[in-house]
Amino acid sequence: MQQAQAVFSGTKDYIASEDLQNSVNIAIALGRPLLIKGEPGTGKTMLARSIAEQMEKRFLIWNIKSTTKARDGLYIYDTVQRLYDSQFGDHDVSDISHYIKLGKLGESFVSEEQVVLLIDEVDKADIEFPNDLLWELDIMSFDIPETNETVEATHRPIVIITSNAEKELPDAFLRRCVFHYIPFPDEEMMERIIYAHYPDLHKKLLEEAMKAFYWVRSINGLQKKPSTSELLDWVQALTVGGISTDAIVQELPFLGVLIKKDRDFNAVLQRLHNQGAQRKNPGILRSW
Amino acid sequence: MFVNFFYLLRGYGVPVSITEWMTLIEALSRGMAYSSLSGFYYLARAVLVKSETFYDKYDLAFQHYFNGIESSEELTERVMKWLENALPPLHVSPEERKQFQDWDLEELRKRLEERMKEQDGEHHGGGKWVGTGGRSPFGHSGYHPAGVRIGGESVNKSAVKVAGERKFKGFRTDETIGVRQFEVALRKLRQLTSKDEGPKEELNIDETIQATADKGGLLELIWDRGRKNDVKVALLMDSGGSMMPYMRICSQLFTAINRATHFRDLRFYYFHNCIYENIFLDPSCNPRNSVKTEHLLQQLDTEYKVIIVGDASMAPSELTMVGGAIDWSISNNEPGIYWLQRLAAHFDHSIWLNPIPSNFWNRTTGSYTISLIRDIFPMYELTLEGLDMGIKKLKVKR
Repeated sequence: MQQAQAVFSGTKDYIASEDLQNSVNIAIALGRPLLIKGEPGTGKTMLARSIAEQMEKRFLIWNIKSTTKARDGLYIYDTVQRLYDSQFGDHDVSDISHYIKLGKLGESFVSEEQVVLLIDEVDKADIEFPNDLLWELDIMSFDIPETNETVEATHRPIVIITSNAEKELPDAFLRRCVFHYIPFPDEEMMERIIYAHYPDLHKKLLEEAMKAFYWVRSINGLQKKPSTSELLDWVQALTVGGISTDAIVQELPFLGVLIKKDRDFNAVLQRLHNQGAQRKNPGILRSW
Repeated sequence: MFVNFFYLLRGYGVPVSITEWMTLIEALSRGMAYSSLSGFYYLARAVLVKSETFYDKYDLAFQHYFNGIESSEELTERVMKWLENALPPLHVSPEERKQFQDWDLEELRKRLEERMKEQDGEHHGGGKWVGTGGRSPFGHSGYHPAGVRIGGESVNKSAVKVAGERKFKGFRTDETIGVRQFEVALRKLRQLTSKDEGPKEELNIDETIQATADKGGLLELIWDRGRKNDVKVALLMDSGGSMMPYMRICSQLFTAINRATHFRDLRFYYFHNCIYENIFLDPSCNPRNSVKTEHLLQQLDTEYKVIIVGDASMAPSELTMVGGAIDWSISNNEPGIYWLQRLAAHFDHSIWLNPIPSNFWNRTTGSYTISLIRDIFPMYELTLEGLDMGIKKLKVKR
């Protein structure tokens, strides 16, 4: 087996499936951005953090909002500040570089050592946003015309991009990425994930919580199905609340932690009322 | 190398480009598939496939190209019986794994067949027979780097057969879908314009220069409002009895449209099978809670984008005859088709979404009225793909 320089394999509190590890290592070796998609709450953002942690690299986050422009990630030229300063004459405004601030992408380029850069929720921004970054991500350098400088990456940053699939990303952008879809974890994987976070968890409590959780997820017509992060919160609430294990499936205590929508909440309660305790866990049947 | 696989993928509808293919070749030449078929499976998927909606097609193509994945029903059943009394999964340390070399799939198949001829009963543990928890390449819960998993759960994940599981079948876009995906599709329905609402956050250069000059050079910044979506939508839904089987999907679409906050105006109307003089404001189609369709045409300007949801299946008389309406309480001095034509003529953009799959449109009981209505409205099936196409249609004038 040929070894890449450093291999990502998940961390103590982040369990990565084998194909996810593969994708991460492929992206790192090829020097391409890794695009991560998946249901909300499946740990897309956590992935980048754990890569940084395991590979002992500095971790930068560029949070994308609906108003973010691609250039914001490279640098910001604060013209307004410069104009204001010029009015009072107490700053040296002839040197433009005082008013150039590097954005997160720019910062990751000039860093002394390789960094992990997370571009979080890229689909929040305008539809054209990813296209505007293509060139910079490809050749890992950009110009600042105001100062006639070129910022070039000394070490190609490891770029992780997450998307909630709110908008379709442009094809040209996709072609340059390595893509991975994080599916919803199956029960075995889920157990490992929970133990990674709460190693001392009582086995019985975990079993009951999982049973209840997958039951809730199996209810048809929920607007927002609870996901991994909600289950983790719920398990913690159950532990702290000192709930007896029998009550978990019977009463679904702290349901508000799992279910965030009013309508869903009522749907689950009604189901619980109608079916009582005689519910079955819909095991996943797999065959090929 | 594998060029045929490239064309096969495209043939299966996975949009692979040359750029991506070259990336794959580069990765292969750097030994990143770890010289194994399962390594290649993940590598090629990560590099070539850019949406989970294509994972299933990829799996199919992979299965086709590296075929030999299906085993005959009867064979599987026999083996499954042996596997029922399973050993606990065998976990193998990475060091141990190295002892195994990857096997060629063809060879494996041959061996499996040979083994089947020789073996006549259950077998668990060990390294040769088809069984559980052992190191033979056949069976489940055991470990062999290129093994054929027969039933059971994947534990050591070495089987090349992952592709055969078709885990991502649920993500195909031609499947009917949930609220969220509808919402995503609806986001595409936007039309930007500058309006006088929203925060002022764009610098107006000309005004700023003017204002600054007016103040004798003392900087004065003038801000403008950004652009906003200007799309107005009217949703007309059939809530008749024949729509009952499609209630769930319709309510998903309803929720998605309702939640879409990016429309400037959004209106809901209901009808029973077809639209006549009156159109209803609630799904129960109560005449007391209705408006004149004429009134609707006056009230909504032609820029409204109209989405009609219905199965378009009814008795032909309901569509073409005066007084043909299914409910007695509805006055109907013009045939339903007249009103549909008026709606279609009034609005610049309108589509009809039909929850009946399009390949049944010519065959269902309502095929006659479906074909009549298709002449009036562009009709799409109510799936993610259909909605996508419909929205594209809504963006261009007829």
